[in-house]
Amino acid sequence: MATVAESARAQQRPLVRRTSSTAPGGRRRHLGPLLAIAPFYVLFGVFGAFPVVFSLYLSFQDWDGIGNMRYVGLQQYKWLLEDSVFWHSVLNTFEIWFLSTVPMLFLALVIAFLLHSQVRFGGAYRVAYFVPNVTSMVAMTIVFGSVFAQSGLANSGLKAVGLDGIGWLSSEWGIKSAISLMIIWRWVGYNALIFLAGIQAIPTEHFEAARMDGANSWQTLFRVVVPQLKPVVLFAAITSSINGLQIFTESQVLFQTDDVGTTGGPGQEGMTIVLYLWQKAFKDHQFGYGAAMGWVLFALIALFTIVNWRLVSGRRDKETRRGR
Amino acid sequence: MAAEQNNAGLAIGSGSRLTRICVRVVLLFGVLVSLFPFYWLVVMASGTTQDIYRYPPKLVPGPHLLDNMKRVVDSVDFFGSLFNTVVVAVAGTALVLFFDSLAAFAFAKYDFPAKRFMFGMLLMTYMIPAQLSLVPQFVTMAEFGWAGSLKALVIPGAANAFGIFWMRQYAENSLPDELLDAGRIDGAGFFRLYWQVALPMFRPALAFLGIFTFIGLWNDYIWPLVVMIDPEKVTLQVALANLNVLYQADYSLVMAGALMSVVPLIVVFLIGARHFLRDLAAGATKM
Repeated sequence: MATVAESARAQQRPLVRRTSSTAPGGRRRHLGPLLAIAPFYVLFGVFGAFPVVFSLYLSFQDWDGIGNMRYVGLQQYKWLLEDSVFWHSVLNTFEIWFLSTVPMLFLALVIAFLLHSQVRFGGAYRVAYFVPNVTSMVAMTIVFGSVFAQSGLANSGLKAVGLDGIGWLSSEWGIKSAISLMIIWRWVGYNALIFLAGIQAIPTEHFEAARMDGANSWQTLFRVVVPQLKPVVLFAAITSSINGLQIFTESQVLFQTDDVGTTGGPGQEGMTIVLYLWQKAFKDHQFGYGAAMGWVLFALIALFTIVNWRLVSGRRDKETRRGR
Repeated sequence: MAAEQNNAGLAIGSGSRLTRICVRVVLLFGVLVSLFPFYWLVVMASGTTQDIYRYPPKLVPGPHLLDNMKRVVDSVDFFGSLFNTVVVAVAGTALVLFFDSLAAFAFAKYDFPAKRFMFGMLLMTYMIPAQLSLVPQFVTMAEFGWAGSLKALVIPGAANAFGIFWMRQYAENSLPDELLDAGRIDGAGFFRLYWQVALPMFRPALAFLGIFTFIGLWNDYIWPLVVMIDPEKVTLQVALANLNVLYQADYSLVMAGALMSVVPLIVVFLIGARHFLRDLAAGATKM
């Protein structure tokens, strides 16, 4: 029993051996911890693992959710690959992802760098920059929808400085820019705070050394801060990509007009993968098709994560090699 | 040369007066951009729909806020959906805090068969995107007879991998083994140690996880949209989206609804903001 007193790390190996079921009280001793972790695995089994397996099964069926299922094999996937709307939604999602993620991460980096140099009111700045991330996306999409309306605030502003209004919610790039701006607004502060925490972990000597070498702000940012932030940037890039591939609320709320759901706005330029999944499964009642789309989305996210990982960590390898 | 040196100094908090002012101006501009939509929301919610369509636009709040809010309450069951949202967010948060901290305590301070495997599995589940199981999850709920019930919003997420992972980190670093030993000598078993020794020590971590979970549950949209099949019984987010569809021409009404749905959460956030932001940053850099 005395081994339990040792720290968790130290006890691991010997304890496992000694507490076989033959040892007195061996099994009962594990009862508490096992019961403690059980809820997660039970819930995950019922509401996580089972649905995943079931969705694979569903993706081979033709089913409207009420009648009988009809086995169609890989037909759903074949239809999906031939579905021009689906490919359009994939393209839209990637375009919006690119338009939002790249400027967002760059802006976040600059803000984090500036916040780091700004000692006064640090807490107030953080709260102000983070508030957009906290609020309901539905409410803020409604607000942005009015700002980007034809006679809304954005076009009034353009008109006031003598420019033509933009079809924010009616033209291809207008729609994509509007959605991207909403995503940037929502996530820039979040990422800036994450980056800021990373910058604050960098030893002060590195900044002093850079200053001694006569580096200016940009050089300090890109030669000192960015390389040391690699793990944090990787984290931000991956989470932003995963979020970017799951855009739904913005398009859905902006363009839903009645109970039929939404086609993603004029020219379907705001149709995203998840919006199309939702539309097909829950408005058109093609559950098998929706399930198949879920798997394609999963594959895309996995692929994206790997590419991101490779890009960011690969570049680091090259740099260290060059450094040597 | 001198300017360059000052610029470099930016990074460690010194620098010339001019650069400091520039930095402050840029940061304040950022704050303005961050907060402006909220101000604009108040302006629109307190004006008339005609005001919103006017050119040049009226940029200051009007006198119709209470009037617009009253119309929201008359148009949709605002308090009903607010009640549903509060129930889901409070019950869901309480369950997550309980189950996650319990599991985290076991993972951090106890040894049991297949512990590493179980923890590895837990981390793997974190990678499955929610949308993959959107359709089958709905079918499961329908089979259980939970579709349209608040249970569907609370139970499936009552324990989550992120929370367990995050709480375990905290438990390992900040719960001294000596304290647990003292409890054991007094004859306390696993659950008493959890309840009387560990849980009080977890308070800062629980506060962060609590706010984080509460915000997530309050704002969730796609899952309640899918599973709350009874249009009379929805959460605030879904009710707001419905209001937007039904009264699209009545901007000031919709904006008052949006404002009412946003305010409670901002209040919750502002109360816990300081600690919350510090823990969020710490968690992300450790990942």
